[in-house]
Amino acid sequence: MRRIGRQVIFYGILFGLWFVLAKLKIWPPYIFPTPWGVAESLGAGFQDHSFWIAIGVSMKRMLLGYGISVMLGMVLGLAVASNKFLEDTIGGLLVSLQSLPSICWLPLAVLWFGLTEKAILFVVVMGSLLSVTIAMEDGRKQMPKIYGMAGRNLGARGFKLFWYVLLPASLPFIVSGLKQGWAFAWRSLISGEMIFVSLGLGQLLMMGRDLNDMSQVIAVMILIIAIGYIVDGLVFKTVERRLQNKWGLAPAT
Amino acid sequence: MTPNPLKKPASQSAFSDHRSTARAGMVFWKTGAAPALVPLRISEKPKVALQGISVTYGVNGSRLLALDNIELKVRAGEFLCIVGPSGCGKSTLLHLIAGLQKPTSGQILVDGQGVEAPGTDRILIFQELGLFPWLTVAENVEFGMKMKNISKAEREEKTHHYLRLVHLAQFKDSYTHQLSGGMRQRVALARALATEPDVLLMDEPFAALDAQTRDLLHDELERIWAETGRTIIFVTHNVREAVRLGDRVVLLTFRPGRVKREFEVELPRPRHLEEVDVARTARAILEDLREEINKSLEAEYEAHR
Ligand SMILES: Nc1ncnc2c1ncn2[C@@H]1O[C@H](COP(=O)(O)OP(=O)(O)OP(=O)(O)O)[C@@H](O)[C@H]1O
Ligand SMILES: [Mg+2]
Repeated sequence: MRRIGRQVIFYGILFGLWFVLAKLKIWPPYIFPTPWGVAESLGAGFQDHSFWIAIGVSMKRMLLGYGISVMLGMVLGLAVASNKFLEDTIGGLLVSLQSLPSICWLPLAVLWFGLTEKAILFVVVMGSLLSVTIAMEDGRKQMPKIYGMAGRNLGARGFKLFWYVLLPASLPFIVSGLKQGWAFAWRSLISGEMIFVSLGLGQLLMMGRDLNDMSQVIAVMILIIAIGYIVDGLVFKTVERRLQNKWGLAPAT
Repeated sequence: MTPNPLKKPASQSAFSDHRSTARAGMVFWKTGAAPALVPLRISEKPKVALQGISVTYGVNGSRLLALDNIELKVRAGEFLCIVGPSGCGKSTLLHLIAGLQKPTSGQILVDGQGVEAPGTDRILIFQELGLFPWLTVAENVEFGMKMKNISKAEREEKTHHYLRLVHLAQFKDSYTHQLSGGMRQRVALARALATEPDVLLMDEPFAALDAQTRDLLHDELERIWAETGRTIIFVTHNVREAVRLGDRVVLLTFRPGRVKREFEVELPRPRHLEEVDVARTARAILEDLREEINKSLEAEYEAHR
């Protein structure tokens, strides 16, 4: 309760300050937007469906790109975790690639795929693939060996062993990695959309800049934060809590 | 499944085909009263044969000889108990037979075939159980059957049967972390039995049970064994339990693990843990075991000086 109280006060003050500064009109509104202007932009954006369309387009790309990178990352991570040779070669490469911001893949993607949907998907996949792979590899290594042994002992092998034993056994260890992968994918997508003219939230942001419409810029930024927060706070937290309950792990506080 | 009135075949009296050296001075041999419960079939043909098995572990730079040249034959349908001090290699031995681990040298034959990988003809109940925490009790029990592509209806029926057997039918939808240690051991037992293996490998499966439940499960296990003719290799640190259950008790030495002695237990079945004969036989084995336990304690003491 105290935490919520503090947050209410903090955001109240922040908002009040913004309100007062906007009221004082020290800066023109295209440099310093007003709260009511932003609220108006939000309302208008949803009303003329442009926000809905952008959210739809961005989410579709996210689901596709993230889905691909989760599947690829799982296979790759598992392979790297279970083979010393792959670990020394591909494993090392993955770690060094991690320092590369995913937007650096865009020029390459555009040369390969042209200004197409594929190029933006590629950037999203590259943005999250590494963290998913590394999370999977870690999860596979942290997972107690006994589960794999028990599975093999009971006749599971090959794909069945992976699907029914190794994957569920390592889930608690990889959800945080999957979550991180989502966050990276989200950032890559928005950056990609900003540079690359196409529908989506990133483009809306750039459109706001082109029109000198600061209210829209802030409105879209709020939208991006809100979506990220909702997915993280609702989807992943719920999955995590479910897993913890099922496994009887104490909830991480 | 019919309770079986057969007597042990006469040929069983000649165990001379293997290992006379390490065999014990204590041979209990009763030819008198017909036992009330006798196994379906005990054949002379070895079901499991360990030939010159050695296992070396690398432990931070140094090498540890865990098992040294183990020779052991287990007859089909035999109930074999293995006792030995903690750390003598009992679990390692079972992992080898299960095919989860390869020996450093020597080979393991099951039905005359070399063991290369795990197989559902040999199911191990792990000392640490290895129940799957993401599955319910019933799903755990069902798992082996599911891997064998057994139909859903049959799986459900068998799961129910084996859960009843271990008195856990009401807990079929619980997750394993919601159960007590003893209940978990029973789930592991049901999971192994439900897979219906030829050879059941049990690693201290009843260590966490209260006396009543353990007695009950001893009876059940003995009954299942007698009815189905399975071969059971049962590891325990409780000599009395070994005598209660085993046709034969094998005593391992401490570091390196070798077969110190084998004891034929020829007491009539069903036996009971509190029987005088069981206690007397156990006492004799215990004397030998104590020597090995002392060795292990000394090793521990040396290590900490
Ligand atoms: N993976 C391993 N790596 C290194 N050493 C091992 C490994 N597994 C077992 N050991 C060693 O091998 C020896 C035998 O271990 P094992 O688990 O088979 O003993 P045990 O007889 O089952 O003991 P307990 O009765 O305590 O379960 C021990 O000294 C142990 O330290
Ligand atoms: Mg052990």
